[in-house]
Amino acid sequence: MSRPYLDAHVVVRRPGHTVDVRLTAEPGDVVAVIGPNGAGKSTFVRALAGVVPLDDGHVLCAGETWDRPGERRTEVRRRGVGMVFQSELLFPHLSALGNVAFGPRSRGVPRRTAEATARDWLARLGVDDLAGRRPAQLSGGQAQRVAIARALAAEPRLLLLDEPLSALDVGVAMALRLELSRHLADYAGVALLVTHDALDAMTVANRVLVIDDGRVAQEGTPAEVAQRPATDHVARLVGLNVLRGRSSGTTVRLADDSTVVTSTPAEGEVSACFSPAAVTLTVGEPHGSARNRWKGTVTSVAPHGAAVRVHLDAGAGLIADVTPASATQLALVPGAAVWATVKATEISVYGGEPAHNP
Amino acid sequence: MTARGPALGRAPARLLVPACVGVAFLGLPLLALLARTPWSDFLTRLTEPAILDALRLSMVTSLAAVAVVTAVGIPLAWALARVEFPGRTVVRAFVIVPLVLPPVVGGVALLSAFGRRGLLGAPLYDAFGVSLPFTTPAVVVAHAFVSLPFFVLSVEGALRATDREYDVVAATLGASRWTTFRRVSLPLAGPGLLAGLVLAWARALGEFGATITFAGNYPGTTRTMPNAIYVELQNDQQAALVLSVILMLVSVAVLALLRERWFDQAVHGPVRA
Repeated sequence: MSRPYLDAHVVVRRPGHTVDVRLTAEPGDVVAVIGPNGAGKSTFVRALAGVVPLDDGHVLCAGETWDRPGERRTEVRRRGVGMVFQSELLFPHLSALGNVAFGPRSRGVPRRTAEATARDWLARLGVDDLAGRRPAQLSGGQAQRVAIARALAAEPRLLLLDEPLSALDVGVAMALRLELSRHLADYAGVALLVTHDALDAMTVANRVLVIDDGRVAQEGTPAEVAQRPATDHVARLVGLNVLRGRSSGTTVRLADDSTVVTSTPAEGEVSACFSPAAVTLTVGEPHGSARNRWKGTVTSVAPHGAAVRVHLDAGAGLIADVTPASATQLALVPGAAVWATVKATEISVYGGEPAHNP
Repeated sequence: MTARGPALGRAPARLLVPACVGVAFLGLPLLALLARTPWSDFLTRLTEPAILDALRLSMVTSLAAVAVVTAVGIPLAWALARVEFPGRTVVRAFVIVPLVLPPVVGGVALLSAFGRRGLLGAPLYDAFGVSLPFTTPAVVVAHAFVSLPFFVLSVEGALRATDREYDVVAATLGASRWTTFRRVSLPLAGPGLLAGLVLAWARALGEFGATITFAGNYPGTTRTMPNAIYVELQNDQQAALVLSVILMLVSVAVLALLRERWFDQAVHGPVRA
């Protein structure tokens, strides 16, 4: 293929920060765009939609030039982008049906045909029984389904979902996440899913674009990014603990001279990664077989899916996922002193040279 | 007030007394108007030709003015709310000035523009022999001039209050700006639009200074209700009272209507079908 379906180099300059992000994608790609708040994720997708003008670069999609500063700029409505927002932004004065039919009708489809199309999409999203309801009469999850149906019914060439699940209750978000991955798999164009939740990226997308401070921090498959995060920041975003140090055999010596024991021999500069679920927390000094232990202080405790995510200051910053029951039992509140232990076998080592067997 | 009194202490008399004076000052004249009104022959008075003519003319001209105001006011409000253009503040100032301008000055200004020797009126008269002042259309123009600002500000506020992101959503769905205006912005601004209409109509109905200056006071063609009140006060006070009471009742009705609207919005949000 000579030219990618989507070829974007978005440069948007704002006082104090610049967004400079490149992305190419082919039909069928579902790209998760992740990054911390203020990283430029929303600016990036809004520039693709044409809502934010480019200062430099280009956006080409489906063989058309959408934006090339100084040369050409296609109006938002002629681009064929579908957008779904965090606050679903359904037109409050129209029924669910009227909302979904809005796209086809704006393109000149007769009312009857547009409504038939809309009904079909509502059915696919499992909310056809709510066709006559006003947005105010819908729950958050229902409204977001209607919003997704509305975006898809307009047959977009590029689908942009800007944190579509982050305003929903955890359970509702979980259910919709599964469905969304199914609909996105069926979708013929390119879909971008902006999220700050690593779970979205891992379950829905086939590619992950990590944006940090207006730049691409990493790009790859979800597995690549999760297992080999390029920066500490990415590691924290995808919910992994990453300790950097110099490995010798199965011992990694960290900057503060403490050591981590792994089960993978390596030499040189490495990242030792382990999942938050692999971390065990205890109040007293642990006596088990785990080789790696840290004494630390809890800095924050927050629900994370079905678990409780605990951030620790133990020299390095650590993330631990524990069950709500043990969080209560251990009295995990910010400031509490705890021990964290991780088995050597739970730690993956990236980078460095494979060790020479003695 | 009394229920909370004990906790914070009694409301001081030096505040309560002037407050009561204020209430009396505003309320007494209105009560006096009601008291002096010849209720016994109210209906027969109402059907007197002079009064009927004034009533009919006021209705026709104020409604015509509202139609004019709607036709130009909605686009103007939309442009002020949605289009970034240089000199927007200047344009908004132009819109607001008639709001604070003494109506009689407005009338003089209208004469300067549309009078037979006026800026626009002179060439118009020379070319077609048409003269606007002292005609029924002049009444409509005077009404529209003073009520347009109320309408534009009300609608612009309503348009600004709706989330601009709806325009973005509509655009991504392929809607042109006209479609977006017609199917999204305007319906969402509905309550503000209605409030603007009522305000503009009430303002037009009560307009006196600009009308009498620009359109004069001819029975049947330019003698609206306020003009008639002014005349009848010298001839037949009873007729003036009847007309005044009608205008007062209209004002109270408008207030009640708008309160309902505003109350509704405060409770349920600005959204209505």
